[in-house]
Amino acid sequence: MSENKKPSLKTRLFEGLFDQNPILVQLLGTCPTLATTTSMKNGVGMGVSAMAVLIMSNLLISLLRKFIPKQVRIAAYIVIISGFVTAVELLIKAFVPSLDASLGLFIPLIVVNCIILARAEAYASKNPPLDSALDGLFMGLGFTFALGVLGAVRELIGNGTIWDIDVSFGVYPGIAMFTQPAGAFITLGVVIAVVNAAKAYSAKRKGGDK
Amino acid sequence: MSFTALIGLFISSILINNYIFSRFLGICPFLGLSEKSSTAVGMGCAVTFVMTVSTAVTWCIYHFVLVPSGLEYLKTIAFILVIAALVQFIEMFLRRYVPSLYSALGIYLPLITTNCAILGSALLCIQNEYEFIPSVVFSFGSALGFTLAIVLFSFVRERVALAETPKCFRGTPIALVTAGLIAMAFSGFSSIKLPF
Repeated sequence: MSENKKPSLKTRLFEGLFDQNPILVQLLGTCPTLATTTSMKNGVGMGVSAMAVLIMSNLLISLLRKFIPKQVRIAAYIVIISGFVTAVELLIKAFVPSLDASLGLFIPLIVVNCIILARAEAYASKNPPLDSALDGLFMGLGFTFALGVLGAVRELIGNGTIWDIDVSFGVYPGIAMFTQPAGAFITLGVVIAVVNAAKAYSAKRKGGDK
Repeated sequence: MSFTALIGLFISSILINNYIFSRFLGICPFLGLSEKSSTAVGMGCAVTFVMTVSTAVTWCIYHFVLVPSGLEYLKTIAFILVIAALVQFIEMFLRRYVPSLYSALGIYLPLITTNCAILGSALLCIQNEYEFIPSVVFSFGSALGFTLAIVLFSFVRERVALAETPKCFRGTPIALVTAGLIAMAFSGFSSIKLPF
């Protein structure tokens, strides 16, 4: 992508969701992905919390990009990010205690989520504030989307429910393994393989048209 | 905490509550640095060293600085800064006084700052309200568990690399499925009831 030509919002949204999806394509932030997708609700809750931090930290880092000295920028980013993470953690504890109980340790661990630091370094430190906040929104949506899909698959196979609603009419006993760690690894592996196959297929079709 | 309870904590942190396979901490280096067994061993040693030291230091900071001044809610910010500074300090110390260890750990040290297992271990010790000695034992055991997991995984991965896998599964997807199978084996440990 050349620097002076700006892609439209639609392309950027599409990039965040599919082409450059932080989890499924860039493989960033795998720890919270595997740990919090035991159900769709948890996955989306994690995604939204990380998205909030990502938007705010991108915005602030972009506003401060001319004042932060190059040598200490990573440390400065980490302080900014952990400030927002603490705020989000306290808000979740106060207003959504059930989410706090199920995500637990992984809310403070958003600090070391590579997606947030990667976007700060790769995008927010070089672009104006509004663009950076939008970048945070799109990448956050991609993260939430991937977590939601993984959570839905694992919840459906593991429990026969989606978003706590029974879709199997009570006849499906559920494969408990899929809500356990082993299922997390296997589901993520299979979903990434499906994405790879879809990408190969669309590349082949595009190549055939030309 | 009695001596036998400490041994129980040590064993359970290695096998039963393994960081990789049951708590999902430190997956990024686990996937990223496990293609060759030599790098896996290097990373495992670096993590073991840093995790034990950083948990001891953050425990002291929490109980002697943050709690007396009523700033417990700042623990995430304080811990990440302490860990970043500590990693830098360890790097400088090793380069000056133990150059052989420094060249062995080399590039893995700076990577550790953003390893969630280190921060996770510091936070877990606070959350579980461990005292000082149990905290150190817990973090040392957990780090050994991490090392065990990443080294075992790298052995399997070296063999999987030679196998013929479907095109879309090549690379990370097959690695994740392999990790899933190992996790299944590790879940057998969860039914162990320690007699003490």
